[in-house]
Amino acid sequence: MRRAPSVILIVAAVVALGLVPVLAPPFYANLLVPFYGYAIALLGFNLLFGYGGLLSFGHAMFLGLGAYGAAVIAGVWGIKEFEIVLIGAALAGLVVALPLGWLVVRYTGIFFGMLTLAFGMLTHSVLFKFYHLTGGDSGMRVPRMRLLGLEFAAYNKIELMAGPFYYYCLALMLIAAFLMWRIVHSPFGLHLRSLRDNAQKALYLGVRVHQFRLAAFVISAIYGAIGGAILGFRTGLADPELVYWTHSGHLVFMTVLGGFSSFLGPIIGALALTLLQDQLQSYTQYWRFVLGAILALVVIFLPRGLAGLAADVGSFLSSPRRRPGPVQLPEHSQPGVLGPGLRRDDVA
Amino acid sequence: MTPLIETRGVSKHYGAFRALDDISIAVRAGEFVSIVGPNGAGKTTLVNLLTGLLVPTNGEVYFKGENIAGVGPVALATRGMARTFQLVQIFPQLTVAETIGAAVVTHQGKQWRLLSPLLADEAISARVAEIAGIFGLEQRLATLSRLLSQGEKKLLDVASAFALQPQVILLDEPTSGVSTAEKHTVMKTLVGAARAAGVDAIILVEHDMDLVASYSHRIIALSEGKVLADLPPDAFFADPAIIETVVGKRRGH
Ligand SMILES: Nc1ncnc2c1ncn2[C@@H]1O[C@H](COP(=O)(O)OP(=O)(O)O)[C@@H](O)[C@H]1O
Ligand SMILES: [Mg+2]
Repeated sequence: MRRAPSVILIVAAVVALGLVPVLAPPFYANLLVPFYGYAIALLGFNLLFGYGGLLSFGHAMFLGLGAYGAAVIAGVWGIKEFEIVLIGAALAGLVVALPLGWLVVRYTGIFFGMLTLAFGMLTHSVLFKFYHLTGGDSGMRVPRMRLLGLEFAAYNKIELMAGPFYYYCLALMLIAAFLMWRIVHSPFGLHLRSLRDNAQKALYLGVRVHQFRLAAFVISAIYGAIGGAILGFRTGLADPELVYWTHSGHLVFMTVLGGFSSFLGPIIGALALTLLQDQLQSYTQYWRFVLGAILALVVIFLPRGLAGLAADVGSFLSSPRRRPGPVQLPEHSQPGVLGPGLRRDDVA
Repeated sequence: MTPLIETRGVSKHYGAFRALDDISIAVRAGEFVSIVGPNGAGKTTLVNLLTGLLVPTNGEVYFKGENIAGVGPVALATRGMARTFQLVQIFPQLTVAETIGAAVVTHQGKQWRLLSPLLADEAISARVAEIAGIFGLEQRLATLSRLLSQGEKKLLDVASAFALQPQVILLDEPTSGVSTAEKHTVMKTLVGAARAAGVDAIILVEHDMDLVASYSHRIIALSEGKVLADLPPDAFFADPAIIETVVGKRRGH
């Protein structure tokens, strides 16, 4: 019952996204392709951050891994099936994240953040220095690939991006979101949230703290690499900027802007920032300054991000007595994350 | 019969300071054992050693005949040991149902189900409702833990430990912060829950001598890191010297 309005909203949003290539000039569909890449990456990022309580400042390295993976698989090896590239990127994410995660999940808070930052910077300098392998600062070319075995030879790059690839990415995001929804609402997801809240108590309830953090780290890396493969295909390039620490900061920014305590927050943040950055860049060269100011305002005034704002407005509008005054906080401050608890009907 | 929990010559030193010194105790199935002693006597340290949170400087701790060195809290929890902490521990952003649910997931071995919906699992929700009912939390299932009253938080902390269906449960001052009037009610709930859950042994750290007297089969008094007495209640309360040490030295909490 309670969920019905949000289901309608989500369906409406998906339909609206589906209509973008039909109704808007190709520019906009092309602009939204990176949004899908970021949205997928951030779904994973927020499993680690919002649900696992671990804030990584090096997560862009996994996006880089996906983009460079695409460059190697499609460019160097010549396997131009995007599905194979996605599987390859996911495997690369898994293989890198397992040992790295094994090390870093022993730390939390600022130590985890600094360690991931350090490994991100390390990755950046490796990509930068090994010129003969990675092309150094000019990066590696990511060639055009086939989608589901289809060449789309009649489409130029913009048409491909704004048409078939756009829908491909939309579908990919929906699948990624569905799987992530299942993960966060599973018994595993509950254990992950419990260790975020209180690791010591969680241990004594039998929660395998390190293993679960590692699992979340690996899943988030896989999501990041898939998102990165999309970004690489879109720009046709895998370059070290992708793994630079400012790009990791960008991921944190989007997540905080959208709201890390709600399931859809990171997706909303990715969309908002993609559109905002485009607009700001066309108005002023000081767009970074404006973005910084916006982030500060969000942290201070909207700690639950745009998703939290939307939830508050929604519950205000749907409350039977719309009296003025402070918006009533719902009892669950994190509607998307926490859900209504176990079903009340189960109580005899 | 092997004791459920046993220590052999256990010490815990912090530098030159001996928080616990040469402790040998045993708790058997069916026993309710209270640990008493003035503040700083080493009661919490002992509970932490028994539950693997601390590693002894000397000596060994056995759970069901096995040395627990290197076993770790997670394995102990799945093998039938549960505990609560002196300072109430909650998951602030989890509901009551989710908090109990976390323990039920462990007990039912479902923690690696990554894609199956928690809410659709009847076995989990039935058990959660049952445990919540025992602790009088059934009206609060959907409430966030951080919004509970202090007393409810205490109950939830204990309820989640019981949800592991442990063989032995260690309660470190479960009634601290609870008004004297409510203490008996809380203890009644705990003991009733232990019976309902089929707990084999309870180890209770408690200051209130009335409670200790009415529930314990055996009382272990600690003082300055040593076992001062390990006696049934009759013998314990018959010795004024022990009572003097345990109660007399107490100044506040
Ligand atoms: N980590 C520690 N480092 C040094 N001393 C400690 C530490 N933990 C406890 N102690 C000391 O050990 C003694 C026993 O503490 P504790 O077991 O908490 O006592 P109780 O629970 O009986 O009040 C106290 O004097 C305390 O100050
Ligand atoms: Mg204590």
